[in-house]
Amino acid sequence: MTIEARFHVERGDFTLDVDLAIPGSGVTAIFGPSGCGKTTLLRAIAGLERTPDDYLKVGNEIWQGPGKFLPPHRRPIGYVIQEPSLFVHLNVRRNLEYGLRRLSNRARKVSLEHAIELLGIGHLLERRPHQLSGGEQQRIAIARALAVSPAILLLDEPLAALEEQRKKEILPYLESLHQELQIPVLYVSHSRNEVARLADHMLLLTDGRIQAAGPVGELFSRLDLPLAHEADTETVIEAVVAGRDDTYDISYLDFSGGRFAVTGKPLPRNACVRLQVLARDVSLTLERQHQTSILNIFAATVEQLAEEGSAQVTVQLRVGSVSLLSRITRKSAVDLDLKPGSEIYAQVKGVAVLT
Amino acid sequence: MTPYEQDLTALFITLKLAGLTTLILLLIGTPVAWWLARTRWRLKFLVESVVALPLVLPPTVLGFYLLLTLGPHGPIGGLMESLGGRPLAFTFTGLVIGSVFYSMPFVIQPLQNAFTTIGRRPLEVAATLGASPLDRFFTVAVPLARPGFLTAAVLGFAHTLGEFGVVLMIGGNIPGETQVVSIAIYDHVESLEYTRAHWLSGGLLLLSFLLLMAVYALNRRFRMVQP
Repeated sequence: MTIEARFHVERGDFTLDVDLAIPGSGVTAIFGPSGCGKTTLLRAIAGLERTPDDYLKVGNEIWQGPGKFLPPHRRPIGYVIQEPSLFVHLNVRRNLEYGLRRLSNRARKVSLEHAIELLGIGHLLERRPHQLSGGEQQRIAIARALAVSPAILLLDEPLAALEEQRKKEILPYLESLHQELQIPVLYVSHSRNEVARLADHMLLLTDGRIQAAGPVGELFSRLDLPLAHEADTETVIEAVVAGRDDTYDISYLDFSGGRFAVTGKPLPRNACVRLQVLARDVSLTLERQHQTSILNIFAATVEQLAEEGSAQVTVQLRVGSVSLLSRITRKSAVDLDLKPGSEIYAQVKGVAVLT
Repeated sequence: MTPYEQDLTALFITLKLAGLTTLILLLIGTPVAWWLARTRWRLKFLVESVVALPLVLPPTVLGFYLLLTLGPHGPIGGLMESLGGRPLAFTFTGLVIGSVFYSMPFVIQPLQNAFTTIGRRPLEVAATLGASPLDRFFTVAVPLARPGFLTAAVLGFAHTLGEFGVVLMIGGNIPGETQVVSIAIYDHVESLEYTRAHWLSGGLLLLSFLLLMAVYALNRRFRMVQP
């Protein structure tokens, strides 16, 4: 199943003009600065922006096309917006049941109990919305959207209006959704960190147009996109937990380019985890260092270089089948005579486990 | 009819008139207010002006035009007569029609404000949860606009209680049929029967105060329940 969409929405002097295909599984982040049309795109998919000549096909079903427009209440979607959206005249339980009551028995795939359990809101059911914190309200809104057994889950910056502490409280729930649900999720965000943690694919939106689309790891490390040129530029690498050395409190994580050694709390064996490596934490050497304190050293090939002003260079490396970015001084790049194809070693000073 | 019975009948007619008028206005006014709150039509201000007209128009002017329309030579009165009925002027039905126009802004404006305050968002959320337009109107818009409905009903009722000019123009002053309290009071003052005027005036004053008090107290409670 894939989602194919062509939208042309004009609102004042803003135009959203996109033609896209979204994978039918996993989390696809719609990423871009404020005002680039992320929300408009999600609203169009939900059927809330009615424009003629648009096209939307979800799996085998055409939701929008020539002479056809499925109104929002007939689209099997779960939609969570940034702002508080619980019905203030209903308590939490009635809010959760609102969509469910309007669903035929045949269409029920996610049980309400499961949604309540996934988001940890069982103790809030009899409360009224105004008695809840912003984070609790958002968790209930997400559970309410899940309870309608949607074919797509649309999340429009569900964390943006929350304080840092509340965000940390919800992120684990979103991660568990990712692992437990088979439905595709479209996640609008302007936070790199959320995207790095949650998304598998991403659409980069600028001024109402799609700048790039593809797997998160690939887009984060593409030198022709703005993501790779920020101060805290990072690479996201997926790895599998291979083992642990309790003597030193170290876990070993395998990826196609080798094995990471990461300190910290034990991780379940064979679990898939996401690692975040900041470009400025990756240094380069021409020969493998043996007497060094750095644990993670990988053989790598230089793919591309991009200058960042006059002092720094971002180097795109290939390690196994993944891309890794390194931020070094321009002087070092010249001294090491780095160019596409150079065989070198990447020393990774710091790794963070995201999931 | 004893004087006492006549006053009681006037009170009963007044309450019946106010109740019926409020009911009709809520039925007609709700869709109109909903439409006014939601439409993006450029010329909506025209409809809004017509709705607000009775606020500024002297009741005698409104009554005069209604008399012409509903009387035996008017388009509606004439039609009624040709169908074998009687013209609506000087009947209770005529009074109801007049009151509906007269109290229209007091019902439609609070409703329109209430619907506007809700905004589009709760309705869009309801749509994404599978509620059809009619469904979301009744399960989201109406409950959220409850304070507005209460204000509209009480203002419409209380304002009809105090109606004078329109009633006098199209209803006349037929005891037992179209004589309402405000006109009865006028009659009593004219004939220097101050005691009877006191009873009716005091009653109307108390009733109006109690109604308004109920509205403000209840709306305060709503606000506390739904911040």
